[in-house]
Amino acid sequence: MEMVAKQKLPQKILNYVLLIILTAVVLGPFLIGLWTSLLPTMDIAKGNFLSLHISLTNYVDAFQKTPILQYLGNSLWISTLTTIAQLIFCSMSAYAFVFLRFRGRKVLFILFLATMMLPFEAEIIPNFMTVKAMGLLNTYSAMIVPFLTSAFGTFMLRQSFLQMPDELKEAADIEGLGHFQFYWKIVMPYNRISLITLGAYGFLGAWNQYLWPMLTTFSNAFRPVQNGLRQLQSEETFNDWGMIQATAAIVVIPTLIVLFVGQHYFKSGMNEGAVK
Amino acid sequence: MLKSPATHSSTAPVTSDKAKSKAERSESGFWLNAKDKYYAWIFLGPSLLILGVFIFYPMFRTLYLSLFLTNTVGKPTVFVGLSNYINLLTSADYLSSLGVTMVYVLAVTVITIALGLILANYASKQLAGIGIFRTLFSATMGVSVSVAAIFWLFIFNPSTGFLALVSNWLHLPQINWLTDPGWAMLAVIITTVWMNLGFTFLILLGAMQSVPTTLYEAASIEGATPRYQLFHITIPMISPTLFFVSIITLIEGFKSFGLIDLMTKGGPTNATNMLVYRIYKDAFYSGNYAQASAESLILTVIIAIFTLIQFKVLEKRVNY
Repeated sequence: MEMVAKQKLPQKILNYVLLIILTAVVLGPFLIGLWTSLLPTMDIAKGNFLSLHISLTNYVDAFQKTPILQYLGNSLWISTLTTIAQLIFCSMSAYAFVFLRFRGRKVLFILFLATMMLPFEAEIIPNFMTVKAMGLLNTYSAMIVPFLTSAFGTFMLRQSFLQMPDELKEAADIEGLGHFQFYWKIVMPYNRISLITLGAYGFLGAWNQYLWPMLTTFSNAFRPVQNGLRQLQSEETFNDWGMIQATAAIVVIPTLIVLFVGQHYFKSGMNEGAVK
Repeated sequence: MLKSPATHSSTAPVTSDKAKSKAERSESGFWLNAKDKYYAWIFLGPSLLILGVFIFYPMFRTLYLSLFLTNTVGKPTVFVGLSNYINLLTSADYLSSLGVTMVYVLAVTVITIALGLILANYASKQLAGIGIFRTLFSATMGVSVSVAAIFWLFIFNPSTGFLALVSNWLHLPQINWLTDPGWAMLAVIITTVWMNLGFTFLILLGAMQSVPTTLYEAASIEGATPRYQLFHITIPMISPTLFFVSIITLIEGFKSFGLIDLMTKGGPTNATNMLVYRIYKDAFYSGNYAQASAESLILTVIIAIFTLIQFKVLEKRVNY
């Protein structure tokens, strides 16, 4: 909603005050967490919240005493591979639905759409047994293979591919480009914004997985960061709050940076994908 | 929090008219290419395989298991028909889980939408530096479930937590947020709403910005107050988006697991024992795979219904 009329000064000040109050509410939990991550646990335990003994000791401890870097590395690896695979496989299936003419295409497409109704959370029992039977428990693969593709990604890219001008395909046919060349040299570069958007979704989706990695990993060597943080909490019998908050900050700060830098893409992607 | 749509989620993007006509034209079968069939296998093969193994097969397997009794490793033993379902739907314990989940989902959706509207409404004002506020309001999108849990576990901690400290200063009675059955649900709701807020805000802001300014100009000339404009122009104009966000929030709410596991473990005394947490416990702690399968199928039906409603309504809206 764009305010058209020029606002009067008191109104303006009131708006800023309200915006600042809302910011404080939204950012409060962050700020409390960040502040306590700088305090000695002793001070936190005594309720000495306004202590001025701030230092980065908790961060040094977190890096030295916990496998937080290993967790982050695991998550980075899992999320990167998942993202790359989704970009490839979703774009390939989207390509088939847009540029290939074959019998049963409509049925298959409805089948893809139907998978969006089926929550993965309700399929963990057979999936756990499948992964176990494949011998993949406690490996990176267990957390990557089920998510190599996604119906949502296929659907989103299909929408994007459908918007391509017909002339491109016609020109490619005249040039004698085969499907692989057209897919790789024309379709993929042309739809790079949608691909970046899907990549961001795929990455964050994998990064935020919780239930599935919890079922399929039991060692720090493979545990992603969400479950790693849980592990640290359950091991911290003496409630070292300062260090726990530091681990949370270590995890959240890079995500926030990526989010703020990449916000343009998220917004355009969301509008493209869902809301107009 | 960013929902994870890329991993088998339920979002229904919109088909544009142009895209639609193009899709239908090529669907009509003219120049059906014989060679394309082989390409189709190559291009679709990998995705079909993965969806088949990890989405379709498990659904049928879950249905199958739910009609049997199972042993401790989840192998079906005796066919029992629908009795797993009958047992569930007549068990006070399960019905309470269902009720608890409903309360949680409804509360989270209503509060998230209301707060998201307030944030988006203020962030859409034309003020210098508004971009900074927009960015800050969306910040919780970058917070993952375990980070949110840590922040809020500290805030709710009964001895050293932030709220305990504040109520000490103000001489208010202490609340055992996470161990008192009356309060634990509220604590989980607050945390979920906070996590959802950034995403909801961004979507609603985008919708508000696409409302034609001429509507507001006309209203201003007529002397309509900002409040009147919010309720009589903005909200009706963005109602499709409000609907979309509500459904997404509802569906995500039904699938909630992480925060429950991190904050309350379904407790105290089952006060937050929601559907997915229950499935997990029944299957992987109690080894009752058959019952957990029946629970999974009930969850699937609930989510499928909401997803279908979403598809239908969005379809209608797009095709008018």
